[in-house]
Amino acid sequence: MNNIRQVKHLWSRAGFGMRFEDLKELEHASVKHAVKKLFGTGSAQPIEVVKVMTDYAVLTKGDATAKKMFLQQQRQEEKDLNIAWFNQMSTTDAILQEKMTLFWHNHFACRSNNSFFAQQLNNIHRENALGNFKTLLFKVAESPAMLQFLNNQQNQKNHPNENFAREVMELFTIGRGNYTEDDIKQSARAFTGYGFNKDGEFVTRKFVHDDGEKTFMGKTGNFNGEDIMSMLLEKRETAWFICNKLYKYLVNEVSDPAHVNTMADVFYHSGYEIRPLLEYIFTSAWFYDEKNMGNLVKSPVEFLVGLNRQFYLTYQKPEVLLQFQRVLGQVLFYPPNVAGWPGGKNWIDSSSLMYRLKIPSTLLNSGLIDFTGKADPEDEAYIATVRNMQPIVNTRVQAQPDWDKFLQGVPKNMTKAALAEFLLEPKPNNGLLNSVDLSANTKAAVIELVSTPEYQLC
Amino acid sequence: MRRRDFLKNTALASGALLVPAFLKPLEALAKSELTDYKNLVIIQLSGGNDGLNTIIPFGNDIYYQKRKTIAVNQSDIIKLNDMQGLNPNLSALKDIYDQGYMSIINSVGYPNPDRSHFRSMDIWQTASDSNQFLTTGWIGRYLDSNCQTCKNPYTAIEVDDTLSLAMKGAKMKGIAVQDPNKLYQTTREPFFKGLVHDHTAANLNEDNLGYLYKTMIETYSSADYIQKTAKTYNVTAEYPATGLGNQLKTISKFINSGLQTRIYYVSLSGFDTHVGQQNQQGRQLKIYGDAVAAFIKDLKQTGKLADTLVMTFSEFGRRVEQNASNGTDHGTANNILIYGGKLKKAGIYNDAPDLTQLENGDLKYQVDFRDVYATLLDKWLDVNNSQVLNKNFAGLGFV
Repeated sequence: MNNIRQVKHLWSRAGFGMRFEDLKELEHASVKHAVKKLFGTGSAQPIEVVKVMTDYAVLTKGDATAKKMFLQQQRQEEKDLNIAWFNQMSTTDAILQEKMTLFWHNHFACRSNNSFFAQQLNNIHRENALGNFKTLLFKVAESPAMLQFLNNQQNQKNHPNENFAREVMELFTIGRGNYTEDDIKQSARAFTGYGFNKDGEFVTRKFVHDDGEKTFMGKTGNFNGEDIMSMLLEKRETAWFICNKLYKYLVNEVSDPAHVNTMADVFYHSGYEIRPLLEYIFTSAWFYDEKNMGNLVKSPVEFLVGLNRQFYLTYQKPEVLLQFQRVLGQVLFYPPNVAGWPGGKNWIDSSSLMYRLKIPSTLLNSGLIDFTGKADPEDEAYIATVRNMQPIVNTRVQAQPDWDKFLQGVPKNMTKAALAEFLLEPKPNNGLLNSVDLSANTKAAVIELVSTPEYQLC
Repeated sequence: MRRRDFLKNTALASGALLVPAFLKPLEALAKSELTDYKNLVIIQLSGGNDGLNTIIPFGNDIYYQKRKTIAVNQSDIIKLNDMQGLNPNLSALKDIYDQGYMSIINSVGYPNPDRSHFRSMDIWQTASDSNQFLTTGWIGRYLDSNCQTCKNPYTAIEVDDTLSLAMKGAKMKGIAVQDPNKLYQTTREPFFKGLVHDHTAANLNEDNLGYLYKTMIETYSSADYIQKTAKTYNVTAEYPATGLGNQLKTISKFINSGLQTRIYYVSLSGFDTHVGQQNQQGRQLKIYGDAVAAFIKDLKQTGKLADTLVMTFSEFGRRVEQNASNGTDHGTANNILIYGGKLKKAGIYNDAPDLTQLENGDLKYQVDFRDVYATLLDKWLDVNNSQVLNKNFAGLGFV
């Protein structure tokens, strides 16, 4: 029996879509074999494009020119980091690890003006993407990016700032409805003094840490931050909360309580090991149910990375990727808030859909772009320093697909209908098949197929 | 041109898509049905506009004490009463103010203010509490409320390339139209015609694929309606040749042609003035003031001002005390500027900001921004504000 539809589904969910070169390898593989292969795709390298930590003293001490330079450098680093991760996702063999890094990037959503910190947090997500959730949580909680983002530097004995403690519970572990406001107050005290020093190292500042007795979720003791997080992980609700979110990311926007429950069991009993949980999902029969196929809206990043991978795109001006991210509503390292990108239908409105339908042909036929997208609010400080901003008009994309490599991979005598079934996750309708059948050659058919509403789904 | 020919010469432009004629459900209404059709225009100043150097509390010595190098000289200020006056770059608004078409609401904000741009903008656009994360915008939820006058997909238009969160509801979303002709042309490209003709009824299910096709079809239909309606009217008034000037001119075209759109949204950025504020903010305020003055005069001329309300906001104001770089850092409460032909209370709506009772060096808010939204929803957009804001706000009396 040919399992290619199942394996293709697996590759689109656990990775960024299947390429013809993957098809060659997996054509006759069983699902079990494909899952094994997926976990054997090697491990991703950390991103190290931001070399040194920026000296923020400039912002308080420097003159206007120094500040301007500082803002420009900061912007350059943000750009470099964004593009470095984009490239990594677009070229890596470790697809599952990058796909899960993207999941944790959204789960532990964080913004930092300091690209060195942002890169560090991203590497924590990557290093532990398939590892242990407890380790991941603890490392995130010690990262300067998150401590800064959630104001824990200001969380001090006698002046607690509850932001960090609140989000740890509401968004990172147990979820709403499973704790009280008093639990937040008490746990905020446990995190007092947790911060980082000027070298960006995690420190527990003893003199501002509240080491008094706290009562948290019915237990009393001199708890510190680690105690609080461990107690949260002891609750099965935390396993359920993570699994529910993961189910929506990998399986279906509408979660199935029975499936999420069995996932939570696997996760909880393994001591929060991520890899066995993923293996469980990918080998479950329900993962391949018809209703779970071809129905997730690709995030803009998944959409763009998928194109990059499928067509081996290279960019003379990779900045255009930032422009694409902006108009499509997802800029890496710039989540809208600590709750992350809402996803699903939220990705699609009249203009973002239009761009999605046109970007592929633009990339594959060196088309023109004449849009800029709105600046992120955080870019305002930079904008205010740049006079006479010229709107970008008709910029050539300057992307180069490797058509030879792509076409070499296409099996000989593949019908256009088969091509459609390969490139699209939902079943293509007859009208679409007829239209593609009229296209002049494989290349034309391919461009048509990736310019459809169907291609927006995975 | 065949679809594949288009694909060889594609250009990526803002706009949208196509639909076969039999699926075109949304036709323009006769103009006679459009009298007294109320419009709301929202102007977002991005970056945190310094309200204290916009509507200047020159009557308070503290202003001059705290802003040694960036305070505006008394003699340059366009005085509105003995306490507050306009930044000289807003001189074009003086006439508008004198005619009673402008209302200034001081000290607008929210509890536990957030000083980060994106978070505070998020709060303003979603109308959430400061510790609450909403995935829909307040205008989006107004569209979702499915009221009698907000059912069309073009009920809310953002004159821009992309759509802001404010305009996105759970079911309904506004539409981004920078240029109606460009939008129309894009949707009429053969490639999209092909796409739409190829679709079948099965594509319109409740699932995500159905949603994609529906969005495509609505955009196609709206593009046609917007372009056909807008081209029936030519704006003759003079507008400044700036981005905002052009955007407001486009909105004037929409309003005067009788477009059945209730909300228009535009933004102007460049207000994050940490360094060298006077010149930078001055330039932006001039762009703003000149464009708005032209717009109000135009609408007055065409008789549409009585049916139009304009609201200007920014995600936060700036600190009372300037910084060491002749700029200001992120603050909290700010003023909201309202314009319209039928204001109940024109002029300065409430007391000037209190510069003595500060919280960590920041202004304390006196008016919750959602009370401003509530006023617009209840009294201008004919929908109960609690439906949109998730709880009831008392509202204000400016309209």
